[in-house]
Amino acid sequence: MEIIISSVILLAAIALIIGIFLGVSSEIFKVEVDEKVLKVRACLPGNNCGGCGYAGCDALASAIAKGEASVNQCPVGGEAVAKRISEVMGVTADAMDKRVAFVHCDGTCVNASKAYEYNGEKDCRIAASLPNAGEKACANACLGYGTCVKACEFDAIHIIDGVAVVDEEKCVACKSCINACPMKVIELVPYGKKHKVKCSNKEKGKTAMNACKVSCIACGMCEKNCPKNAIKVTNNVAVINYKDCDDCGTCAEKCPRKSIS
Amino acid sequence: MEYIVIIVSAALISNVVLSRFLGICAFVGVSNKVETAKGMGLAVIFVILIATAVTFGINTLFLEKTGIFNIDLTYLQTIAFILVIACLVQFLEMFLKRFIPSLYKALGIYLPLITTNCAVLGVALTVAQDYSDFAKGMTYAFGTSLGFCISIVLLASIREKLEDNDIPESFKGKPIVLIMACLMAIAFTGFSNLNIG
Repeated sequence: MEIIISSVILLAAIALIIGIFLGVSSEIFKVEVDEKVLKVRACLPGNNCGGCGYAGCDALASAIAKGEASVNQCPVGGEAVAKRISEVMGVTADAMDKRVAFVHCDGTCVNASKAYEYNGEKDCRIAASLPNAGEKACANACLGYGTCVKACEFDAIHIIDGVAVVDEEKCVACKSCINACPMKVIELVPYGKKHKVKCSNKEKGKTAMNACKVSCIACGMCEKNCPKNAIKVTNNVAVINYKDCDDCGTCAEKCPRKSIS
Repeated sequence: MEYIVIIVSAALISNVVLSRFLGICAFVGVSNKVETAKGMGLAVIFVILIATAVTFGINTLFLEKTGIFNIDLTYLQTIAFILVIACLVQFLEMFLKRFIPSLYKALGIYLPLITTNCAVLGVALTVAQDYSDFAKGMTYAFGTSLGFCISIVLLASIREKLEDNDIPESFKGKPIVLIMACLMAIAFTGFSNLNIG
């Protein structure tokens, strides 16, 4: 009997002391949390899967509250969660436009010429550190060793014929591939656009022409013919301004190199 | 000299992770970057040291037969020690959140999981059972947690190197980490022939 009573008293005393200690220290070490973060966090599923590209739901919540992440960043919650978060954040519907990753390169085994033969480690980060950034003659090409494929948690990017291709249906725009790509040829584009520039080559005319069969040579045909003025040649490569682009396809028709799809 | 022997044998010869298989969860879970592994190692050193000090006091003052109650309450060791450890981890979490938020974020879910890191409870119980001298017990606790810190930082630096390599599909992720841990354990058996003291 004595043992039971004294053990109960002992444990109760320890628990009481610990409780008071933790209560006091939580007051002392209190961190001011933005109310918005808490509200956004409440909308998120909370299984900390990391599919959004952040360390967990808490990290995503603070990124959304700061405006660094979009309201539909959570791939698990989908549209329902995005809707509730957008209510909390007070953003309009157009900020919710779905975006997907896109590889600005079509330098497939057939199209791209090779500068030399590379037999090393099959990893873009290593290949990119070599002269001319990898074996392809173009210094801005997708190397096709699949570092982005390894980075993708959603099986949405694959190497097809030596070039990474994004599956628009599976892509959740988490930016993992964009951060993994040493060549910086991947970018977020609006979902469902048919016409995109499939080249990142920053060389002019002949150099670009020799590097790849479908390279942009910065001729400016697309720029001259675009009815909406939505395509501009910047840094020797055509860039589409998707806000103005109505997907008419004139640029793709006029492109002599077929580097616009 | 005696204290150095305790530290070396606890940290290297009978390494807590590699030869006693305690604390594997954090060892495999938080070892993908050297920076976070270092943070985890230091957090575990902190928790183990304070937890051992407090549990040693509780053990000698209350639980042992020579204590205040004059009854043998040592069967309460596990539950009382777990209470103390959980409290310390909670405290550490608050402290890090307030003063080192970057480390707090990097450790993530593994920080509260120090509570269930069996290395912590293992050290507290070993010290309570085998050491009657407080200073030696604390030295042993420091040596053990240092061993944890060393092995997790070593594994993290190996994993950072592994990252860029071409690993067979079925070995990617945790399997290759466990194989690395196994090779490290084999390497650490070399210390068992160390003749000190």
